[in-house]
Amino acid sequence: MPTLRFTKDHEWIRQDGDTAVIGITDYAQQQLGDIVYVELPSPGARVEAGKEAGVVESAKAASEVYAPVSGEVVAVNELIAGDPAKVNADPMGEGWFLTVKLDDPAALDGLMDEAAYAAFVAEQG
Amino acid sequence: MRYLPLTPRDRQEMLATIGVRSIDDLFADVPNAARRAGLVDLPLAQGEIEVERALSRMAAKNVAAGSVPFFIGGGAYRHHVPAAVDHLIQRGEFLTSYTPYQPELAQGTLQSLFEFQTQVALLTGMEVANASLYDGATACAEAVAMAHRVTRRGKAVLSGGLHPQYREVCRTYAQFSGVEVSLLDATPGVAEIFDIDNNTACVVVQNPDFFGALRDGSALAARCHQAGALLVVVVTEIVSLGAVTPPGDMGADIVAAEGQSFGNSLNFGGPHIGLFAAREQQVRQMPGRLVGQTEDADGRRGWVLTLSTREQHIRREKATSNICTNSGLCALAFTIHLALLGEAGLTRLAQLNHAAACTLADRLAALPGVSLVNESFFNEFALRLPVPAAAAVAALADKGVLGGVPVGRFYPARDDLADVLLVAATETTTTNDIDIYYDVLAEVLR
Repeated sequence: MPTLRFTKDHEWIRQDGDTAVIGITDYAQQQLGDIVYVELPSPGARVEAGKEAGVVESAKAASEVYAPVSGEVVAVNELIAGDPAKVNADPMGEGWFLTVKLDDPAALDGLMDEAAYAAFVAEQG
Repeated sequence: MRYLPLTPRDRQEMLATIGVRSIDDLFADVPNAARRAGLVDLPLAQGEIEVERALSRMAAKNVAAGSVPFFIGGGAYRHHVPAAVDHLIQRGEFLTSYTPYQPELAQGTLQSLFEFQTQVALLTGMEVANASLYDGATACAEAVAMAHRVTRRGKAVLSGGLHPQYREVCRTYAQFSGVEVSLLDATPGVAEIFDIDNNTACVVVQNPDFFGALRDGSALAARCHQAGALLVVVVTEIVSLGAVTPPGDMGADIVAAEGQSFGNSLNFGGPHIGLFAAREQQVRQMPGRLVGQTEDADGRRGWVLTLSTREQHIRREKATSNICTNSGLCALAFTIHLALLGEAGLTRLAQLNHAAACTLADRLAALPGVSLVNESFFNEFALRLPVPAAAAVAALADKGVLGGVPVGRFYPARDDLADVLLVAATETTTTNDIDIYYDVLAEVLR
């Protein structure tokens, strides 16, 4: 059973064994508006927890996508590089950003679960 | 009318408000040793007529480029700028506006910048060009920074044929951006070997190079691409592109150039105008402003700034560049001059420049002890003199000829370059100028 967790920077991460898929949340895509560009790391590159793993750009803003965990990039979603609107349409599905091989399979422990994240977003107003 | 905004009474009130007695009290923290005792020896007040005369006397010490036979190049070139250029850029809408980029009221400026970008892309053979940067040297340093972003690699290899001041600007930038800069020796007339490894972000070459020689960058471009590096081509004499294969056709990934030759005077070395062009695939990594063509709500053609998310006002410290300024008025002058020339005019202008340089090179190299270093050149070449070039230039200047740039001025530690003189000719060089140069140089070398 995969574990789904969330960050305060509005990334989601879904762990299955020693790999995890990372993307941005529905709340994040709503806040950004129409997404026009995404920049992804190269497969094989390393990402560090809390550090930049990519960039997402909308018609009105640009922001960094932070890696919730440390690990090695094993795949990136070329589909959203060609069609960034996929991130708006299906942020938790087809609009995923990257897959990493986790350094530490217990790294998700400190992150929010779905209920905690929903409460966190509600607080943001 | 009062020219000074504050009366003594205003000053007293301000000092009283902040609780000090005199303006000198504000400088109490500056140690006495660092202060100048008394005033600088300048006249306190003069009438307008006296000031005008004094300044005219000072200005008369300058030798204007247009007043003597003039052969100086080395990155800034004297060309004829048609009178229409100055007339048009002095229209108030263009001359007095600062960053006029609101599309609602700046369609004229935005359209002219869009045309500028189109001209730069066509000239360089590239796919996209920005709305200009400060000058060729900063454009070159920005190209290195862009290659670093694109490749995520840490080393830039700079050709010895790259203008020494461009090399310095690149080094200054790199010092703070974590890019390692590898400088090849400046050796005119010798083929360079570039060491490209898997940490090389880019190789930077100039064409025609600092010594005026032309190079075919195609093989180098292929080598760079094979190794995953970018090729940056620098052009300091943009008129050359009226005759020379453009960098884009040789496989350049980024072109950084100085555009002063079109529409702009020597301007004492600046303001000049930086040109920057790249491949469309990497447009989001480009520095600087970019004007795009679009349609308004009624379907009419219009222009706006586009892809601004790369820029400082949106991306802050993550911006592609910390320069958000362009050389708008210089870019307009460039665009008007080039539009007046047209494609046929540009080709003809380039031919005139090359022809003048060929005549000049043939004459000067015929003098005893003088030899031409270059195998090829456009409108500038390097000569070896039988005497130090700096001394020859000083002697020529005493006799009313501005004979060129002594290369040793840029490389004082290099004895082997002390006798090398850079000489440029343009469409403004007359047969008479060349005759005078020949006679005077013969006299100086005798």
